Amino acid sequence: MIDTLFGNLAIFILSLLVGVEVISKIPSTLHTPMMSAANAIHGVVIAGAIVIASVANSPAAYVLTFIAAVLAAANVFGGYVVTDRMLQMFTRPHPAPAPATDAKVAS
Amino acid sequence: MSMFEFLVGIFYLGAATLFVVGLHKMRAPSTARQGNLISAGGMAIAVLTTIVFALVDFGGNWIGWGALVVGAAVGASYGVIRARTVKMTAIPQLVSVFNAVGGGAAAAVAFADFVANLSRASLDLTISIPVVLDVLIGSITFSGSLIAAGKLQGIISGKPLTFPGARVLNVIVALIAVGSGVLLLIVPPNLLILLVIMIASLVFGVLMVLPIGGADAPVIVSLLNAFTGLAVAMAGFAIDNQALIIAGALVGAAGTILTLQMAKAMNRSVGAIILGGFGTGDTATAGGSEAVDLTNVRELTADDVAIQLAYAQHVIIAPGYGLAAAQAQHEVAELAKLLTDHGIDVKYAIHPVAGRMPGHMNVLLAEANVPYEQMLQLDEANAAFDNCDVALVVGANDVCNPDARKPGNAVSGMPILDVDHAKSVVVLKRSMRPGYAGITNPLFTDPKTGMFFADAKKGLADITTAVKEYVTA
Repeated sequence: MIDTLFGNLAIFILSLLVGVEVISKIPSTLHTPMMSAANAIHGVVIAGAIVIASVANSPAAYVLTFIAAVLAAANVFGGYVVTDRMLQMFTRPHPAPAPATDAKVAS
Repeated sequence: MSMFEFLVGIFYLGAATLFVVGLHKMRAPSTARQGNLISAGGMAIAVLTTIVFALVDFGGNWIGWGALVVGAAVGASYGVIRARTVKMTAIPQLVSVFNAVGGGAAAAVAFADFVANLSRASLDLTISIPVVLDVLIGSITFSGSLIAAGKLQGIISGKPLTFPGARVLNVIVALIAVGSGVLLLIVPPNLLILLVIMIASLVFGVLMVLPIGGADAPVIVSLLNAFTGLAVAMAGFAIDNQALIIAGALVGAAGTILTLQMAKAMNRSVGAIILGGFGTGDTATAGGSEAVDLTNVRELTADDVAIQLAYAQHVIIAPGYGLAAAQAQHEVAELAKLLTDHGIDVKYAIHPVAGRMPGHMNVLLAEANVPYEQMLQLDEANAAFDNCDVALVVGANDVCNPDARKPGNAVSGMPILDVDHAKSVVVLKRSMRPGYAGITNPLFTDPKTGMFFADAKKGLADITTAVKEYVTA
C-alpha cells in the first residue's frame, strides 16, 4: 500500500513541475482559453465516476454515481466545446467584415 | 502487475502525455486549437481505457452503469448547449460553473468510494486521507465557484457581502470541517461524519467567496480552479488512478500560476484578495466620491475625437473593463477597421487584466474578428506608445493610471499601459468616477487628454459615424 502511495506521490509532484513549466510559457493573450482548457482537463474525474459506477451496489452509490456522472460530463463536454469555440476565433484565416455581428449587437 | 494492468497503465500514460502536449501547444494562437483537440483526444483515451478496465476488473451491475450513462448524457447535453450558446462576454462565469461541477464531481467520487468501503472496520489511511481532502476541497470549490459565477453574472451583488461576526463564523465552520476530517481518520468509517465535512465545506465555500468584490472574483475563479485540480488529484489517490493524479496536478499548476499572475497584474497579493477582500476596493468606489473636480477636464464630442483619429497615422486603442461590460467589442473593431482601411495604423494595447479575467479581452476582440497581429501585450504596447499619435482609452481606468509610477497610493507599482506617452490621449468613459482602485487618475486632467463621456458601445458607434464623414469626404 505504501509503495503505491509513494509512486502516486512521485507522479503527482513531477506532474506539478511539468505543469508549471508548460503553463508559464503560455502568453497572456491565451490565458482565458488556457484556463478553460485546464478546466476541461480536470473533467478527467469522469474516469472516477466510471470506476464508482462499476462498483456501485447500493441505492446511495447509484445516486452518487449519477451525480458524479452529470457533473463530470458537463465539465468535460462543456469545457472542450467552449475552449474550441474561443480558439477557433483566434485562428480564423481571413477576418471577414462583420455584418452578421452588427445585427446581433443591435438587439 | 498483470499484463492487463500494465496495458491500462500505458494507456493512462498516453492520455496524460496528450494532456501535456495539448497544453504545450497552447503557447501560440496558430496551434492552440489543435492543442485543445489533442487534449480532448487524451480525454477520450482516458475514458475508454477506464471503461474497459472497470468492466474487466469490477464488472458491476446494470443499475450502476445505467446511472452512469443517463447522468453522463444529461451532463454532456447541458455542457454542450451552454458552451455553444454562451456570449463571449459571459465566458468567465461559464468557466467558473464548469469549475464548480468539476469540484462537485471530485467530491462525489470520493464520497462514493467511501460509501463502498463503509462495511469495513477501518479504512486504510492511504484511502481515507485523500477521501477527506477530496470531499473538503471539492465541496469548497463547488459552492465557492457557483457563488463566484453568480457574482460575475450579476445574480449576486458584486459588492463584498459581509455581516457582523462573518469572520468568526468562517473560522468556526472551517474548524468543524477540519475537525470532523481528522475525527474521520481515527474512527471506523462513519457516513454521518463525512456528511458533516461536506456540509461544513459547502458553507465555507459560500462564506469564503461572498465577501470578495466582483472585480476580484476572477482571481478567485482561478484560485478555485487550482483547488479543483488538487481535488481531482486527490480523487486519483483515493481510487489509485494515475490519469486523475497527473491531470489534477497539471490543472493545479495552471490555476496557481494564473492566480499569481493576475494578483501581480492587479498589484495585490493573493492573501489580500482572500482575506482583505472584506470591504476593500469596491466599497471605496461605492462611497460618496462622486463629486469630482471637472474644472481641469477637457471634454470632447464624438466629432472632435473623429477629427483626431482621421488625421492620425498611428492609433493605439486601450480597451478595458468598461468595453467588456458594454459588450462593445464589435463597435471598436468596426472603428478600427474603418481607420485601417484608410491607411491608418491601428493597434490594441491589452493589459493582462483588461477584461473580466486574464486574456478575456483578447477573446472578445478575436470574436469581433480583430486580427491577432493587432493585439499588443503590455510590453510591446508600451514600446509603441512613444510613436503613437492618438491613444484611445475605452473604459479602462486603473490600468492606465500614471500614478502607478509613484509610491504611496493604491496602484503604486502596478504594471500599467503608458498611454500618457502618446502625443494625445482620448478617454472614452461614462463619467469621472474612479475605477476599481478607488483613486483619481491624473491622466484625465492631463492637458493632452480629452474626455469623451459616453457608454462604450454608443460612444464608439458615434465616433465611427463621425469618422466616416471625414474619410469618405
